Amino acid sequence: MKRLGWLWIPLVLLVIVLAAGWWLSQRHRQVLISPEDPAIAATLKDPGVIAKGRYLATAGDCVSCHTARGGEPYAGGRMLPTPFGGIPAPNITPDRDTGIGQWAFNDFWRAMHEGIGRNGEPLYPAFSYTSFTKVTRDDAIAIFAYLRSLPIVHQPNASLALRFPYNVRSTLTAWRAVYFKAGVYQADPSQSVSWNRGAYLVQGLGHCNECHAARGAWGGLNADTALSGGRIPEQDWYAPDLSTQANGGLQGWSRQDIIDVLKNGQASKGAAIGPMADVVAHSTQHLHDDDLQAIADYLLSLPARAAPKAVSASFDSKPLADRGSSIYVERCADCHGKDGAGVPGVYPPLDGNASVTEPTGINATRVVLLGGFPSVTAGNPRPYSMPPYAQQLSDADVAAVVTYIRQAWSNRASAVQERDVATYRHTPID
Amino acid sequence: MSTRLRWVLPFAGLLGCAVAHADQPTVPNTLQQRIAACTTCHGVHGEGSSGSGFFPRLAGKPAGYLVSQMQNFQHGLRNYAPMEYTVRLLTPDYMHEIAEYFSAQQVPYERKPVPNLAPSSLQRGEQLVTAGDPSRKIPPCQACHGKQLTGTEPSVPGLVGLPYDYISSQLGSWRTGTRASAVPDCMAEIANRLAPVDITAVSAWLASRDVPADTHPQPAGSIAPPLRCGVLQTSGGGT
Ligand code: HEC
Ligand code: HEC
Ligand code: HEC
Ligand code: HEC
Ligand code: HEC
Repeated sequence: MKRLGWLWIPLVLLVIVLAAGWWLSQRHRQVLISPEDPAIAATLKDPGVIAKGRYLATAGDCVSCHTARGGEPYAGGRMLPTPFGGIPAPNITPDRDTGIGQWAFNDFWRAMHEGIGRNGEPLYPAFSYTSFTKVTRDDAIAIFAYLRSLPIVHQPNASLALRFPYNVRSTLTAWRAVYFKAGVYQADPSQSVSWNRGAYLVQGLGHCNECHAARGAWGGLNADTALSGGRIPEQDWYAPDLSTQANGGLQGWSRQDIIDVLKNGQASKGAAIGPMADVVAHSTQHLHDDDLQAIADYLLSLPARAAPKAVSASFDSKPLADRGSSIYVERCADCHGKDGAGVPGVYPPLDGNASVTEPTGINATRVVLLGGFPSVTAGNPRPYSMPPYAQQLSDADVAAVVTYIRQAWSNRASAVQERDVATYRHTPID
Repeated sequence: MSTRLRWVLPFAGLLGCAVAHADQPTVPNTLQQRIAACTTCHGVHGEGSSGSGFFPRLAGKPAGYLVSQMQNFQHGLRNYAPMEYTVRLLTPDYMHEIAEYFSAQQVPYERKPVPNLAPSSLQRGEQLVTAGDPSRKIPPCQACHGKQLTGTEPSVPGLVGLPYDYISSQLGSWRTGTRASAVPDCMAEIANRLAPVDITAVSAWLASRDVPADTHPQPAGSIAPPLRCGVLQTSGGGT
């Protein structure tokens, strides 16, 4: 809150810039049908290209954001929550009035590669173009061909629900200058073909970094913290560091573990839960085995991380963990085992589990409150589930048992306090 | 039971397996075990929570109805956040299997508390159920929910053995839009035609009835719905 004081100076300047930007954008409003390059027009009708585009759109999980709950696929309408307000994902079916029916490939390319809309307006990075800019032109053509082949749905786009000044698009100009650099993925010749494919998918279409990295105050991502873990604002989940090496969030994970969790939603080291369960269900479970291998190759090469700073013992968490230990034996050990080893293929282990030891304690707290199923996949069509404890355990009990599992066995993570539990009880679920 | 299994398995030649898993909990390979999340709230046999608890009974309800309700929670037509979260990623196949499980459960109904109402009010409730109120265009509940009010296959649930709080809150949700069903949503129309005192009356009368010995839903096709209902047009109720 204190920070907001000095914000007003740039804001006044901003408003002036915005007014100018708005005036300029109004002049471009009436863009008519863009003529398509004839060579591209032919490619767009090729069934092989369309099929490839469908696969790539799955890898990019476009459908998750661009579909309202219970709505027609790709017809938009889902409101994406950000700390600055809601941004609706637009209709990207080929409807001429409300979708992308009048777009030429170049319009689409500008959106994916540069984050610029059809009327020249900058797009909000809630659309993951900061990652999609790495997608090659050929792949973008295929995705566009697929979108153009979708059933037409007439559904006008919802309006922005952002607070001032964020609702004025030109505010993005400054943001883009700091946080966005357009550029297709450049292969690293010193690495294998598979590694490069993995890097391309992870950094590009898979947009893994959009969740798996910490965001600054302005919602931007820094290149040097790539895939090192971050809290997902508004949704309150923590997407862990993806390094498998020393001090990494996935320390000790094998190639097979990575493939298993992305394909089946469950591996010997842990299960996909919360938003990751959605990613697996809608996107990664459908990837070909060689692409999953490639992603694993790339993740296995992420460097070791610095040793975490010693947990600052601001209070003595031992009594809390001791109380948690008896709750654990009574409520949890039947499934996760006294030794926290779980049951292979059935119940995830909690010892060494990335979602148990992540820095914040959010994930374990929320799973204990919500329970639930991991992703239901072709490889695991009838998964076992965990009971929700929101009704049965008090905030103090949840804090105790979560603190216990974060410090038992080989786990050495910070304690979770009662007041944190109270906050996460009220997080909205969508 | 599971300890005995551990002794049988080695003799069956599965020594290796059994020993490898000896200090791990033995997990029954049953649907009941898989759906521990659901049964924590709805009861192991879908009996619902006891007393005036809020978790509805699922046991014995038509499977098609149960599936369509899960889909309604997935699509945000019906709102209760923990339910929406739990069912959000279930596939149609898994939902059908789970629905069949609860639909096949037979558990006695438990009497739930009913508010004390004047006899005239209960009479009004009975009238709405059996004859409706033509002046307000309210059809009799029996016309769809069945003569014995035990529901109709595959998509109309029974109204017997439901607690007062649950019936009145569901009718209220249709009025406030936190429950909806496939369009045309006949129950939303009916709930909006009922006056608030009617909701109290009909809920209390229904909740105070004895549950008939046979609670099976009536067979499919045995009713002629007086209003058009979206869920009755597509059998199985999936939208
Ligand atoms: C994380 C959510 C998210 C994902 C994933 C996502 N989008 Fe979007 N997309 C958005 C949002 C939000 C906008 C609107 C941005 C704005 O209004 O500035 C958008 C805008 C667009 C636009 C511009 C449409 C217009 O009318 O201006 C296109 C084209 C688009 N997305 C295509 C895609 C494709 C193709 C994919 C998959 C490769 C994809 N999106 C994946 C959220 C997403
Ligand atoms: C009936 C068996 C069962 C019980 C009892 C149970 N769990 Fe779970 N637990 C699961 C399953 C299944 C999953 C994976 C699915 C999910 O939650 O989405 C899981 C996941 C978890 C996770 C996330 C693991 C990961 O890989 O992301 C944590 C943390 C956890 N449980 C902690 C607990 C605690 C603490 C208790 C006791 C208060 C408990 N569990 C009780 C079955 C159980
Ligand atoms: C929408 C946000 C989001 C996106 C996009 C995302 N993840 Fe995750 N991921 C999470 C969260 C939250 C967790 C922690 C929960 C859990 O344990 O499953 C997680 C966990 C993981 C885990 C560890 C799973 C476990 O059992 O502990 C792996 C591996 C992973 N993600 C890989 C990826 C890869 C690869 C991509 C890109 C293809 C990706 N994620 C994209 C949110 C996301
Ligand atoms: C946190 C507790 C909780 C969990 C977990 C839960 N439910 Fe529910 N469920 C409820 C409540 C409360 C309602 C009633 C909501 C309302 O009033 O609309 C409900 C309603 C339902 C209904 C509609 C019942 C009717 O007669 O209309 C079905 C079907 C259902 N749940 C099935 C399931 C299944 C299957 C699962 C597991 C996959 C599950 N529930 C998990 C609490 C829960
Ligand atoms: C035209 C047919 C029709 C009539 C008449 C009708 N209902 Fe319904 N009712 C339905 C259908 C269909 C459903 C299932 C709705 C759904 O799928 O969400 C239902 C569901 C219900 C439910 C929810 C039950 C549960 O387990 O959640 C209640 C309560 C209910 N009706 C009460 C009544 C009452 C009271 C009346 C008479 C005033 C009535 N209904 C008359 C068709 C009807």
